[in-house]
Amino acid sequence: MSISASWYLTLAAVLFTIGAIGLLIRRNVLVMFMCVELMLNAANLTFVTFARRLNDIAGQTAVFFVLVVAAAEVVVGLGIIVSIYRRRPGATADDIHGMKG
Amino acid sequence: MLRVVYLVPLLPLAGFVTLLFAGRKLGNPRAGWLATLTVTASFVVTVVVFTGLFRLPANARSYTQTWFTWINAGHLHVTMGLLVDPLSMTMAAFVTGVSALIHLYSIGYMEHDEDFPKFFVYLNLFVAAMLLLVLADNFLLLFLGWEGVGVCSYFLIGFWFERDTASSAAKKAMIFNRIGDAAFLVALFLIYERTGSLDYHTVFANLASVGEPSLVAIGILLFAGAVGKSAQIPLYPWLADAMEGPTPVSALIHAATMVTAGAYLMCRINPILYRAPDAAHVVAIVGAATALLGATIACAQNDIKKILAYSTISQLGFMFLAAGIGAYDAAIFLMLTHAFYKALLFLGAGSVIHAMNDDQDVKTMGALARRMPITAVTFFIGWLSIGGVPVFSGFWSKGDVLLNGYAFSPALWAVGALTAVLTAYYLGRAYLLVFRGEQRWVEARKTGDAAARHPHDPKWVMSLPLVVLGALSALGGLINLPIHPDFDFLDRWLSPVFASRLFQHHFGLGGLWTFALVDAALALLGVGLAVAVWGSVSERPAFEPVFLQRAWYIDWAYDRFIARPSTAVAVETSSVVEAEAIDGAVNGFAWLVRATGRHVRKLQTGYVRNYALGLSAGIVLILAYVLTRAS
Amino acid sequence: MTQVLAATIPDAITFVIAAAICVLGALGVVLARNPVHSALMLVMTLFGVAVLFVEEDAQFLAAVQVIVYAGAIVVLFLFVIMLLGVDQKEAIERDPLPAQRPVAIVVGILGLVEVLLLARGHWPTGARSVSGVIGSPAANVGLIGRSIFTTYLLAFEVTSALLVVAVVGAVVLARRPRHALGESAAATGAVVMPDDDPAAADGTEPDHAAAGTVENVSAGGERENGEPADSEVTAP
Repeated sequence: MSISASWYLTLAAVLFTIGAIGLLIRRNVLVMFMCVELMLNAANLTFVTFARRLNDIAGQTAVFFVLVVAAAEVVVGLGIIVSIYRRRPGATADDIHGMKG
Repeated sequence: MLRVVYLVPLLPLAGFVTLLFAGRKLGNPRAGWLATLTVTASFVVTVVVFTGLFRLPANARSYTQTWFTWINAGHLHVTMGLLVDPLSMTMAAFVTGVSALIHLYSIGYMEHDEDFPKFFVYLNLFVAAMLLLVLADNFLLLFLGWEGVGVCSYFLIGFWFERDTASSAAKKAMIFNRIGDAAFLVALFLIYERTGSLDYHTVFANLASVGEPSLVAIGILLFAGAVGKSAQIPLYPWLADAMEGPTPVSALIHAATMVTAGAYLMCRINPILYRAPDAAHVVAIVGAATALLGATIACAQNDIKKILAYSTISQLGFMFLAAGIGAYDAAIFLMLTHAFYKALLFLGAGSVIHAMNDDQDVKTMGALARRMPITAVTFFIGWLSIGGVPVFSGFWSKGDVLLNGYAFSPALWAVGALTAVLTAYYLGRAYLLVFRGEQRWVEARKTGDAAARHPHDPKWVMSLPLVVLGALSALGGLINLPIHPDFDFLDRWLSPVFASRLFQHHFGLGGLWTFALVDAALALLGVGLAVAVWGSVSERPAFEPVFLQRAWYIDWAYDRFIARPSTAVAVETSSVVEAEAIDGAVNGFAWLVRATGRHVRKLQTGYVRNYALGLSAGIVLILAYVLTRAS
Repeated sequence: MTQVLAATIPDAITFVIAAAICVLGALGVVLARNPVHSALMLVMTLFGVAVLFVEEDAQFLAAVQVIVYAGAIVVLFLFVIMLLGVDQKEAIERDPLPAQRPVAIVVGILGLVEVLLLARGHWPTGARSVSGVIGSPAANVGLIGRSIFTTYLLAFEVTSALLVVAVVGAVVLARRPRHALGESAAATGAVVMPDDDPAAADGTEPDHAAAGTVENVSAGGERENGEPADSEVTAP
């Protein structure tokens, strides 16, 4: 049978949703970060699919840049997490609730 | 020569400003002299302009000087400008002249008052406002002057504001005036709406296109304004209470000038009244009724100033009667002579009050003629003038009014005739009780107590105005003698303003002489009655019934049926409506905000994951919206 | 949407298997209790996505994905997990925030349904870009290169600046503060100085923290040394 672009897009949507739900449910900061990476990958998959469908290399170029930016983001994000962990070992996303109304 | 007319209101205004800042430094009496100087200078300029106007041919006696554009909004275009024509110059002349004399008198009268400079600040401002009123060339500027004199009246009535009676009298005057002013404003709106302009020239030129019901409405509304300002029925009670102010104030504002503004207004709008006879008839009838009412009340008053106050109300009624029937020149003539003799009477009363240690009750005076000859003689002249005794000025002016009144309606004449008799009577009563008869006060030499009095004629600053006004009252009638067409100077001078709208009586010389004799008879009847009743006796209860002393209980009725219920409503409103409903609503709104905040606050949990969930939920909602729009 | 992209059976089987790998990996990331397990499941997902990239004629990207994403980024993750000692199990049964879990799942599924519904419409895509036509597999690298260095040159330069900034930022963030305040080691109390830690050999992260040791980090003086490092959270 023929695989059309919509299958890829569906798969990307599912990956994105799983990543989003994981971000909302998990408390460990690093796991939350990994869910963000999942979402980015889903977006990449969508880009590549459309590059193929529209027969245009610009989609793949976009993925290239997304990859670079994701790398930079991980670097800085992990640096922040390390700084936080130095002060508060075992901190989770729930430990910062000083803005509680 | 006409161009200097701008100085006429500007000089008193400059005096006001100077005294406002430097009055206290100038002190007593230089502040008073400065004020008198500005008004006298204004009078001189008025005479100059008057002469300039006189030199113009009779049909071209109208000059407008525009200072600047005051309002320019859409179609409404109002300028600040002065109109020089026979009517406005006549008014300006006697306003400045009489004001100058009263300023001079006040230097002496207010000598011992510690607020001496303040008095002249207000007086000068008043004169400036009054001159603006009479010289204005449009209704809005007239209204500005109208309000200005009302405000000055408030200030001056309440000059001794530490006295409760004085401050509440000032409030009363303001409130009654305001009622009239509200009607005046509505009239202005109507005039603008119907004719598209507010200046006399344009309005009067466009009257032909306005329907008669609108003209009647305008006429009656403007008359309602005049009723408030000139103390006619039903807005007159304030004038009696206004006697709380110093006597020069009563003389100037509440006799000679401010209260005549209403009659002036009626004469100025003669084109409107001509086209709205219903309105004019209302004016005449109300005027006649007020004349009679005022005269009856004055017969039984014991306060000398109140006698004169009700007399003013009565004489103003005559003026409105004349204006209502279309005899505008008679109204102006009466206004002129009334200014002379009423100011004279008030200033004389002021001298008497000073002499009697500020006691104003005629029942405690008597036999002052020997002690205060100048005052007595001038007061006597004033009495004869107002009574209409020939050949004093009142005889000619009131005769003019009665003559035209009879030609219009014998019923109105009858009312006027009765009033004339009463006028001569009650003022005779006042004169006899004050200056003649037994001495009902204690001589200062004989006992040493505070109630003892030492009456004498006042100094020259106070006596000179009395003499001048006395002369004017006696001889003022000569400017308008009806016996020969060449002698009615005032009528001919004013005729361009009134043109064909002037009421014409058709009495020949014989008719004129008949009326003259009848008027003389009425006057002498009144004089005789006074002498007969009050010549030697000072207590006559039968002639001073309580209901007249209490002014037909009308003021009492106002208090009982209007003032008290209004106060009750106000109290109710402030305690219930204000405190509970309005404050409750405002406070309730604040409570609502706080309560909402308390609950909405719970959304702020402080957890990032909750916020991320909110974000996601929002995205889902937006996608749902896009879905509904896309399909 | 109906353009046929894979007309052969092997393609279809490849897709199904790769898709399964992706989804299972994603679920593993979300559901694993141990963060290390999550990282490994992420690698699985990334491999699956790389296979799909190859399937879609994006060979270069597939290679880059494996090398950079799976080879560097996830390794970085693992390093941090190990160094910081967050490899303890997270109590995943109970969510301390009320209603967070069910609502999150509902919202997620709703979002998915909506996206799938939206995807069925015919969306206008505007003018065609002319960056280059995808041709034979051998020319893929060249095409991307040409696109990057001509049409999207500015973006390229900006991302290189971004990378520099990211590196500098990471260095600054992870630095020990006592160097910034200029204090001696003794003034801040008990301090550990493992400068010769083998972990420092890693080029991108000069992190001096020994595993599990806590040191005072600010002049204000702080932290208890005996705090347990697991992520038991306090109740809200």
